[in-house]
Amino acid sequence: MSTLLEVSGVSVSFDGFKAINNLSFEIGERELRAVIGPNGAGKTTFMDIITGKTKPDEGRVLWGDKSQSLLAMSESKIAQAGVGRKFQRPTVFEDQSVAENLMLALRKSRNPFSVLRFKASAEDETRVEELATEIGLSGALARKAGELSHGQKQWLEIGMLLAQDPKLLLVDEPAAGMTPTEREHTTDLLVEAAKTRAVVVVEHDMEFVRRLDCRVTVLHEGSVLAEGSIDHVTSDAQVIEVYLGR
Amino acid sequence: MTDVSATGAIRRKPLVMQYPSLLIFLGCLALFTVGVTVLSEGFGIGMISTSFVKTLGKTLCLCLVALAMDLVWGYCGILSLGHMAFFGIGGYAIGMWLMYARTELIVIESLANQALPPTAQEISDGIATQIFGVVGASEFPPIWAVSHSLTLQLLAVILVPGLLALVFGWLAFRSRVTGVYLSILTQAMTLALSLYLFQNDSGLRGNNGLSGLQNLPGLDDVPQSTVSIWFFWASALALGLGYLASVAIVSGKFGSVIRAIRDDEARVRFLGYPVEAYKLFIFTFTAILAGIAGALYYPQAGIINPAEIAPIASIYLAVWVAIGGRGRLYGAVIGAAFVSLLSTWFTGGQAPDVNLGFYTIEWVNWWTVLLGLSFVAVTLFAPKGIGGLFDLLTSKTTPDRHGADLGPDAGALREKEAET
Amino acid sequence: MSVLRRFYIGIASVLLTVLALPALAQNADAPIQQLLQEHGEIIAKSSRKTIGPAIDALGSSSLPKAPEVLEKWQAKELWVIKETGLFVYTEKVDSKTERMIDIATGEVIGEVAKRDLKQLKPNSGIRGLIGAALVKFQLQDPSVAARNRALDAIERDAEDTHLAALRDVMEAEENPDIAARMARLERLLTIEFGESDEERIDAINHFAGDLGVDVRAALNPLVAVRVEAAEAAPEGDDVVRVLTPGSEALSREAAYDILVAAELAKPRISRDDKREALIANISDGTVAGVQVASLDSEEARDLAYAALARDGVVDAVATEAEVDETLGSFTFFERYTAASPAVALAAAAVLTGIETKVALNQTADLALDAVSLASIYFLAAIGLAITFGVMRVINMAHGEFIMMGAYTGFVVQQFVPDHTLSIILAIPLAFAVTFGAGVLMERLVIRHLYHRPLETLLATFGISIALQQIAKNIFGTQARPLTAPGWLDGSLVFNDIVSISYIRIAIFVLALLFLALFLFVMNRTRLGLEVRAVTQNPRMAASMGINPDKINMLTFGFGSGIAGIAGVAIGLYAKVTSEMGADYIVQAFMTVVVGGVGNIWGTLLGASLVGTLQKGIEWLNPSNTLAAQTYMILFIILFIQFRPRGIIALKGRAAEA
Repeated sequence: MSTLLEVSGVSVSFDGFKAINNLSFEIGERELRAVIGPNGAGKTTFMDIITGKTKPDEGRVLWGDKSQSLLAMSESKIAQAGVGRKFQRPTVFEDQSVAENLMLALRKSRNPFSVLRFKASAEDETRVEELATEIGLSGALARKAGELSHGQKQWLEIGMLLAQDPKLLLVDEPAAGMTPTEREHTTDLLVEAAKTRAVVVVEHDMEFVRRLDCRVTVLHEGSVLAEGSIDHVTSDAQVIEVYLGR
Repeated sequence: MTDVSATGAIRRKPLVMQYPSLLIFLGCLALFTVGVTVLSEGFGIGMISTSFVKTLGKTLCLCLVALAMDLVWGYCGILSLGHMAFFGIGGYAIGMWLMYARTELIVIESLANQALPPTAQEISDGIATQIFGVVGASEFPPIWAVSHSLTLQLLAVILVPGLLALVFGWLAFRSRVTGVYLSILTQAMTLALSLYLFQNDSGLRGNNGLSGLQNLPGLDDVPQSTVSIWFFWASALALGLGYLASVAIVSGKFGSVIRAIRDDEARVRFLGYPVEAYKLFIFTFTAILAGIAGALYYPQAGIINPAEIAPIASIYLAVWVAIGGRGRLYGAVIGAAFVSLLSTWFTGGQAPDVNLGFYTIEWVNWWTVLLGLSFVAVTLFAPKGIGGLFDLLTSKTTPDRHGADLGPDAGALREKEAET
Repeated sequence: MSVLRRFYIGIASVLLTVLALPALAQNADAPIQQLLQEHGEIIAKSSRKTIGPAIDALGSSSLPKAPEVLEKWQAKELWVIKETGLFVYTEKVDSKTERMIDIATGEVIGEVAKRDLKQLKPNSGIRGLIGAALVKFQLQDPSVAARNRALDAIERDAEDTHLAALRDVMEAEENPDIAARMARLERLLTIEFGESDEERIDAINHFAGDLGVDVRAALNPLVAVRVEAAEAAPEGDDVVRVLTPGSEALSREAAYDILVAAELAKPRISRDDKREALIANISDGTVAGVQVASLDSEEARDLAYAALARDGVVDAVATEAEVDETLGSFTFFERYTAASPAVALAAAAVLTGIETKVALNQTADLALDAVSLASIYFLAAIGLAITFGVMRVINMAHGEFIMMGAYTGFVVQQFVPDHTLSIILAIPLAFAVTFGAGVLMERLVIRHLYHRPLETLLATFGISIALQQIAKNIFGTQARPLTAPGWLDGSLVFNDIVSISYIRIAIFVLALLFLALFLFVMNRTRLGLEVRAVTQNPRMAASMGINPDKINMLTFGFGSGIAGIAGVAIGLYAKVTSEMGADYIVQAFMTVVVGGVGNIWGTLLGASLVGTLQKGIEWLNPSNTLAAQTYMILFIILFIQFRPRGIIALKGRAAEA
């Protein structure tokens, strides 16, 4: 299995505070990975760096077969290259319908002039309907995203990510605020997604991570503390100290 | 806003079906145009005076620039305080040709009686003295190089605002200047431009501005009552086409993208859209629209000077759009027409004074106060503006988000406004 | 006066003259008369060449009457009695009779026929000498004020004779101030009137590095040049530089005109003159055989004119090619004309030195100007920085709060005529008024628009235009004065170039006070702590028992109040109008944006940058304040490109708050 993303020796600091400290991380092309860590461990900053929102002070972020550097690319270029991100808070476009949201995300040319001429083909519409079914919103295509429940918005966002068809999916706390049934559905979606692409899930909830049944990376104070299966990680003395010693 | 069917506004349908208000708008505009023509002095029964026809024609131009403002602010979330500057540039561009061509005719006529036929240089000097005498110059500044050509000046109406917007927008957007920062920056740009034009050596006659623009070169025999109707038609046509173009932009996927940018710019970026390019497109397109509106407005006004470009004018433009209801195209048109006509009525001395016994409110002096305060009231209590009244008729559903914003960005629609 | 009476007086005077001359009470023994008698001959001869000793004698005598005699002599009122040779003053009685006055006592002696007297008529040369002698007296006047007046007069209108007079008296001068003035004036006069080049060069070098305007005024005429032309390369010390026609220093037209004036070249003809000449020679629709209708280009007209010239109707003129050729065969150069080369060169050298020093001092003066402008911007911006930085609220009505403060000052001055007291009252009152207005605005409007920055901007703009118009309705459109107390009049003068007015110093001090006040309030008080807490995390602050509502209200009031005080300060130095706020608001915004939001030091740096920039650009382009503002704004727009968050930028999570 070849490496899709390689982060090595990355550091970043804000006004003297080191949010990420010499962090290295790798993920393969079809892999599900959970990243856990206490508050302030640098999970969000880590995702900011990969998606281009934050530029690190030092280190490398290499992407794909050609080992392209992501650091020189803008956020939109990185997204076009195949990195999709789901934010902690559901961020869908509430003023627009579910269909419009999905259509926005659909993998198509992002160039303003081709968008200006864009007319949805029957194929596109079928794809949107498929996605809607996948995320359980097929009956709500015409509804405004703002009217959806919290969980539905989370799914819609995951649906938008799938519509983007990224090679790497970064998911920030997908299960926050969901009912147990919704959680189960979410787990299924993620596991399913990881069959065709790499998925990184940042999560707090150990039970949720356990259910994902995948490799786990533990972040602490901006660097990797431990990595391995969930059982391996939870038995690690350092991890226990970090999580419970406080 | 849009009439959403099962798969939203993305299905291949005729524009009119996607955007039903388009037909209504164009119909009203056509009716209005015909009505004014029939009642005018030039082509009809003369119930509307020529000066009022001009006022109405100017109002149509203001509606067009308000449309541009709504696109850039209401749809894309960029509160530009520079669009009246683009409007003014359009006016200056056409004004230069009008002034040059007319002065040329006058100069040639006056030189024709001389003993020797005039040389090209003498004609040019004569025109320059006529035009720039007021600022103590007698030579053509380089900026007037193409003023003899109507085609090139018409091109300038589009190119100069367009290029200025392109360069300014590129600079501003690429450094991620957003929200109020961007507003202040556009305001600064407008101020710089108007200060520059106020100088006598700017080459555009300093604070005298350009005048006599109501006279079309070579058409001295045509009465103003006729010319005013011509310009009225042109303005109505421009507004109609501008509305059509705007609907085409906002109703499709492009509109979906720019509204998304307005509500959550970062999210759109993570979807892979080059946000800056979209903003730049809208900024430049609306600047051109504003330039065209200005080029139609000032020949009807007859005079343009740098005071018209001052930042305050652009802020008034925002006021019109806000009062009319931003985020809907017809709202901008209604706002511009309503406020500018009301303003003409109040400041023209036609409004009756209010005698309070101890103090008489003269509207000439107090209209601005009323406008300012009503603007505050609209912002506070009726963010949907006049356009919001139409929602009462159609009573659309609304997402209930308990008052939360619909997006984290400055300029994102609020729940109250998104009730369509 | 009746004819009869005049007749009698006539008779009487004739009788008096003829019979009673010896009996007149002429005081022939008075020292002054004696002195004059000693030089009687040369005085009567009245020749420029020989008069010297007489004037010297009067001038160097310590007789109290000497100045008066000199004045009367200069005014042609000194006469001599033909018979006795005694000197008298006279007053005209009628065309034939003069009334004589004794020069020693000033008493009327009697009347005498005009023909018995001879009027001394000093020519202008002599009058100059007399004047110099008089100056000497004035310079020795016991009153210090009179001596200063004499020096003033010389400075205003110097003559060569003053130099000697000054040299004669300067050593005896006891008052050190006047002695210094005299010494300086002597050197200046030597530059202008010194007899030898060495002497003048000495004096010129004496002033090396002196910044006085008088020095430059004395030196500048010495380096005056004239452009000359010659076929050979110029030689001599007095050649300043060689000029090329068509360069900035010498246009081709000017160069050719010099040749024409020196009759070294054929004249050219202006387009207008050529046209007139052609028109004058139109006959039957042709000029020299050329159809008039074809004369619609300069080339055609040139040809027609040349044809006329061939016919001898008009003078031949040089064509462009001839002009080129002629210009090529001459060398043009500047020559010193006002002084000998040695003096001119010395003057030029000293002037260069002075100009360097002047430039340095002008830079210092500019820096002072920039500092004072920066303090004004700082004052205007600090309130804005507080509301924008702490609350993320753009207050477009900030400028109108400045205006309200200034009008408060104006109103106070209507009731309290004493300027010092009224200003002392106005400052807290302006604070109170604008604080109240700010709190009111926050409660009624801004509170409802938190997190809606664009709406806040527009709503406050609505308030801004309303306030502006209300002020216009109340106070009218004309500018209202806000008068500074007397002790703020005048300037602190460092030298002839560097000075700063006390008002500007006061504004600077006020700005510093505000900086200190702000730092104190934010860092040392409970309010400051709470404000910082609310800024960083309003929800957390609220859960710790801080009322963010109250803090926001107070912060807004505080920022507005400072705008009010700034208004009083700005009103003192500029006029109070309803639009004064609008004049400062964009610069104030620029200051905040350039400096970086949320940091008072950033605002300070921003104000310094904006102030310095504006003054710097004005200096480069002094005639045009509008252009200076235009370029400054363009610079700021570019600056934002490179530092979008200002000079002092917040990073990380705080920046996204």
